[in-house]
Amino acid sequence: MNMLNVGRVTRSELAADAPSEAHGIVHDEPLIFELGGWEKTGVDLPDPELDAGDLAGLLRQAPIGLPGLSEPETLRHYVRLSQKNHAIDLAMYPLGSCTMKHNPRLNEKIARLPGFADLHPMQPVSTVQGALAVMDLLAHWLKTLTGLPAVALSPKAGAHGELCGLLAIRAAHEARGDARRKVLVPSSAHGTNPATAALAGYQVEEIAQTPNGRVDLADLAAKLGPEAAAVMVTNPNTCGLFERDVLEIARLTHEAGAYFYCDGANFNAIVGRVRPGDLGVDAMHINLHKTFSTPHGGGGPGAGPVVLSQALAPYAPTPWVVSGAAGFDLVEERRGEAASAFGRLCAFHGQMGMYVRALTYMMSHGADGLRQVADDAVLSANYVKARLSEAMTAAFPDGPCMHEALFDDRWLEGTGVTTLDIAKALIDQGFHPMTMYFPLVVHGAMLIEPTETEPKREIDRFCDALLDLAAAAKAGETAKFKGAPFKAPLRRLDETAAARKPRLRWTP
Amino acid sequence: MRFSKEHEWVEVSGEVAAVGVTAYAAGQLGDVVFVELPELGKTVKAGEPLAVVESVKAASDVYAPVSGEVVEVNAGLPDAPETVNASPERDGWMVKLRLANPAEAEGLMDRAAYEQFLSTL
Repeated sequence: MNMLNVGRVTRSELAADAPSEAHGIVHDEPLIFELGGWEKTGVDLPDPELDAGDLAGLLRQAPIGLPGLSEPETLRHYVRLSQKNHAIDLAMYPLGSCTMKHNPRLNEKIARLPGFADLHPMQPVSTVQGALAVMDLLAHWLKTLTGLPAVALSPKAGAHGELCGLLAIRAAHEARGDARRKVLVPSSAHGTNPATAALAGYQVEEIAQTPNGRVDLADLAAKLGPEAAAVMVTNPNTCGLFERDVLEIARLTHEAGAYFYCDGANFNAIVGRVRPGDLGVDAMHINLHKTFSTPHGGGGPGAGPVVLSQALAPYAPTPWVVSGAAGFDLVEERRGEAASAFGRLCAFHGQMGMYVRALTYMMSHGADGLRQVADDAVLSANYVKARLSEAMTAAFPDGPCMHEALFDDRWLEGTGVTTLDIAKALIDQGFHPMTMYFPLVVHGAMLIEPTETEPKREIDRFCDALLDLAAAAKAGETAKFKGAPFKAPLRRLDETAAARKPRLRWTP
Repeated sequence: MRFSKEHEWVEVSGEVAAVGVTAYAAGQLGDVVFVELPELGKTVKAGEPLAVVESVKAASDVYAPVSGEVVEVNAGLPDAPETVNASPERDGWMVKLRLANPAEAEGLMDRAAYEQFLSTL
């Protein structure tokens, strides 16, 4: 018997009494350039067997200034940095309109298979048949789920997809000799919608919203006309509400000779339940990182494929995948079937790693699983709305919401506490804040999207935290809010100075 | 000084009118961090976007409360956007318009009517 182990305390009595509240983050981590200097190196590289004369005088004379850190030092630096931030892998991240859902690890496993991970975009197509099969199958799923006949996979993000859609719409109008001037966008739209329209060369006109948070049809009808190229509508919209008049929106839009662009950011609320093609949509981008669980940003560009109606399909950007007797091929040139393509959006075919992850997600869920994604996303949001309505004021209390619950700040009236203060105080509770002050059509907006991947216990923990804060705000405990966050690496930031006098470059 | 329902003010002096946003608007925007002013010579109709202000909360259009031609802009404002918060109804003026129709300004609210309007919001 090893007597050294006898009597060792294996369980701290204190541990049981320790408060279970969230812990703050304490590391104050310098930049990697401040940690290590160039004068030492953490790796042992062989001397180059290079004749400096080959470089024709271009040989570097001064050190390049890379920080010389060892592997453990480097690893610790990045692990500590990761701990300074909130992540979906730490706790709920209820950022409305952003759909911060869990990224299944199966996606990562499949994306790391060498047959996908080690490909180069300039390989001959005969050597990448499997990758092209993935793109073809992904295109098939996206077209089936949206009920639209064509898809451009290459856009690298939602906003890039919007640009793709509007350029296709512009090309379609111009092909008819009917260049048009303006794009109509509701007042509750994502800011990218008017920005995209402007970038595509259009004037933006705002469509009013009804008191129940939806597109004002009379205003839309009044603003449609021979100059309107497109109407951009998000459905479900940014208030978390389904545009019930969507068929009428499509009818009015088409009657005026315009195209119906749908911002598909919120497709996760209806996937498997509603096909946008059946609603009269002509073009819609799909944020793979929202609906289909790829990581946000994705360690590089993301992916925002755009589905297109029959009317717009001829103008889709190259390249796309075709299959024939000899296997899969990429249509790269603007000739033959691609003669009227408006061009291309990126150098190669798009973001392969995201295609693999999204297709993995689709195939592991299956059709019934994807339907349940939408069902559970909507159920979760309505549960949040119901629980929080005890203390907070829902912006649109009548009827259910879709995948996100929107509150205004009427419930904070007279407390001296603002939406911003609530968001900051939530950080101390161990949660990422909800989306605040968006959509702009609701005063002091708080937009909460729990997503279908949060278990009920975590949603309850979040609701409990927010209800506690609501009670504290109403009880006049303003000190709890005005100084918040107390448990973050940095306290209340000076957002004004950050915007007016940004320091964008590290200087020694 | 006259006021619009979109929270712009107009101060007419002869055939030229200075335009800015009201103290109420500046308070609602929060700290302004960016101001974009129109080009000289641009003509606008009442209700059309005239300038853009961006705060830490949001970007907003400033609408022309009256029609006219831009004859002067407050050139120092883009470099000192905080002036919009510090002095919205004086030093924070944005644009001077040569009025296309001087009677338009008369149709806007006076201060008492604007304050009455604010109390309904």
